[in-house]
Amino acid sequence: MDSVLGFLAAIGRTTLAFLAVAGRLSLFAAHGVAACLTPPLYGRLLLRQMVSIGYFSLPVVGLTALFTGMVLALQIFLGSARFNAESAVASIVVIGITRELGPVIAGLMVAGRVGAAIAAEIGTMRVTEQIDALTTLSTNPFRYLVAPRILAAAITLPFLVLIGDAIGVFGAFLVGTLKLGFTSQSYLSSTLDFMEIQDVVSGLVKAAVFGFIIALMGCYHGYHSRGGAQGVGAAATNAVVSASILLLSADYILTELFFVQS
Amino acid sequence: MSAVEKNAPEVMPHGTPKIRLRGVKKAFGKKVVLNGVDLDVAKGESVVVIGSSGSGKSVLLKCILGLVKPDAGTIEVDGIDAIKVRGRERDALLAKFGMLFQSAALFDSLRVWENVAFGLVEGRGMPRAQAKPIAVENLAKVGLGPDVAMLWPAELSGGMKKRVGLARAIATHPEILFFDEPTTGLDPIMSDVINDLIAARVRDLGATGISITHDMASARKIGDRVAMLHGGRIIWQGPVSQIDRSGNAHVEQFIHGRAEGPIKVEVTQ
Repeated sequence: MDSVLGFLAAIGRTTLAFLAVAGRLSLFAAHGVAACLTPPLYGRLLLRQMVSIGYFSLPVVGLTALFTGMVLALQIFLGSARFNAESAVASIVVIGITRELGPVIAGLMVAGRVGAAIAAEIGTMRVTEQIDALTTLSTNPFRYLVAPRILAAAITLPFLVLIGDAIGVFGAFLVGTLKLGFTSQSYLSSTLDFMEIQDVVSGLVKAAVFGFIIALMGCYHGYHSRGGAQGVGAAATNAVVSASILLLSADYILTELFFVQS
Repeated sequence: MSAVEKNAPEVMPHGTPKIRLRGVKKAFGKKVVLNGVDLDVAKGESVVVIGSSGSGKSVLLKCILGLVKPDAGTIEVDGIDAIKVRGRERDALLAKFGMLFQSAALFDSLRVWENVAFGLVEGRGMPRAQAKPIAVENLAKVGLGPDVAMLWPAELSGGMKKRVGLARAIATHPEILFFDEPTTGLDPIMSDVINDLIAARVRDLGATGISITHDMASARKIGDRVAMLHGGRIIWQGPVSQIDRSGNAHVEQFIHGRAEGPIKVEVTQ
């Protein structure tokens, strides 16, 4: 009997802890969004974050998109050969990249690169009292630290994904034409004929949401970090893990909203 | 007579207190840090709060600034309830404060002059070009040359960081200055330099000051009045000139740095 009660108590404690975290995160997100939508907006900081999050993520997003496009073309060719549908490679690749792999791969790469950096930077500011110093200097930390990062990530990630889509499709084009025997003209016409504007737009909307999630989790975990270097390290890890999980959950929900007709 | 009235400090010689704390309590989990703190600080007065490490001195300052929310009690600054105030009123209240943090808390990503000018540029909307000479002027007030202005915080020594922190605290001409362990981690000579600078700058500004320290040389130099925090309460307060004749065993043990006495320090063998 005691072991059953102990088990139920553990479930209760875990549920309460989860709800407490969900409540804190919701409040943090509401404060962050309010700071994004109301003045003052720190333009210099926003620009700096856009360069840091967007521009400096280009190499990693570009490279991953290139290899993803290449391997995707190869796999789809090999798979579709089983039922003589090799000609569909270009159209499946472009739909797969623009709708799904482009935003998800870019999101996960940026979560690893930027989410951890945001959490570590804000976490260090927390444990060295720099965030308290901001408050005593009449500066709201949400406006100064959180809003520029959320806005910068939500604005730049769609551009990153757009560039990543183009590079991914180019990678598939290279494999298709140099290795799989497609002509340049037939590959490009298959790509463009079957691609719809909604494929690209849905991917860009996903990218904006992913950018918001990545920056929010980085800021949240950094802002609440405690206990010196160990706390900052844990904040960086938690930011990447939670952003990745939330990103994939949001991906499913957004896909349902965009493409599944009731 | 209520506990609060019984523990209330003496009537201020300078009139209505600038800062008034009554029955302030704060606990973190089961650990009670503040257990009914009563303290009045008159306008233009410099009060030094002394106490052992972990006695709640920093928490006390953070409660006044609204960085930590007390569990009970009232905190008034110029008659305004500092705990309940929100929005623009809170911004206006915070604009009265300047603070030197224990670690200086300089912003790593900004140059020294940008740190000093931060309150002017971000807090008051002053153009950067106008704020820069003011920052250099404030650096001169703490004995640092214009060459330091373009350095990064990581390039400064501990004493220089404290001085930049002091310059940042005074740059906005605050009415109230807080100093959190201003001499911790500094050698005795640099500590004396910082103490002199603090005393001079507080005098220049005519500011009200609260300093927290366990450095008695610092307390004697920068304080008009000393209050001792122990067990979550102010257990003794009086003019700095009377600290050697306090008649309080806790204060005597503390100022003489004795291991034996009523203040017990747990040491795990």
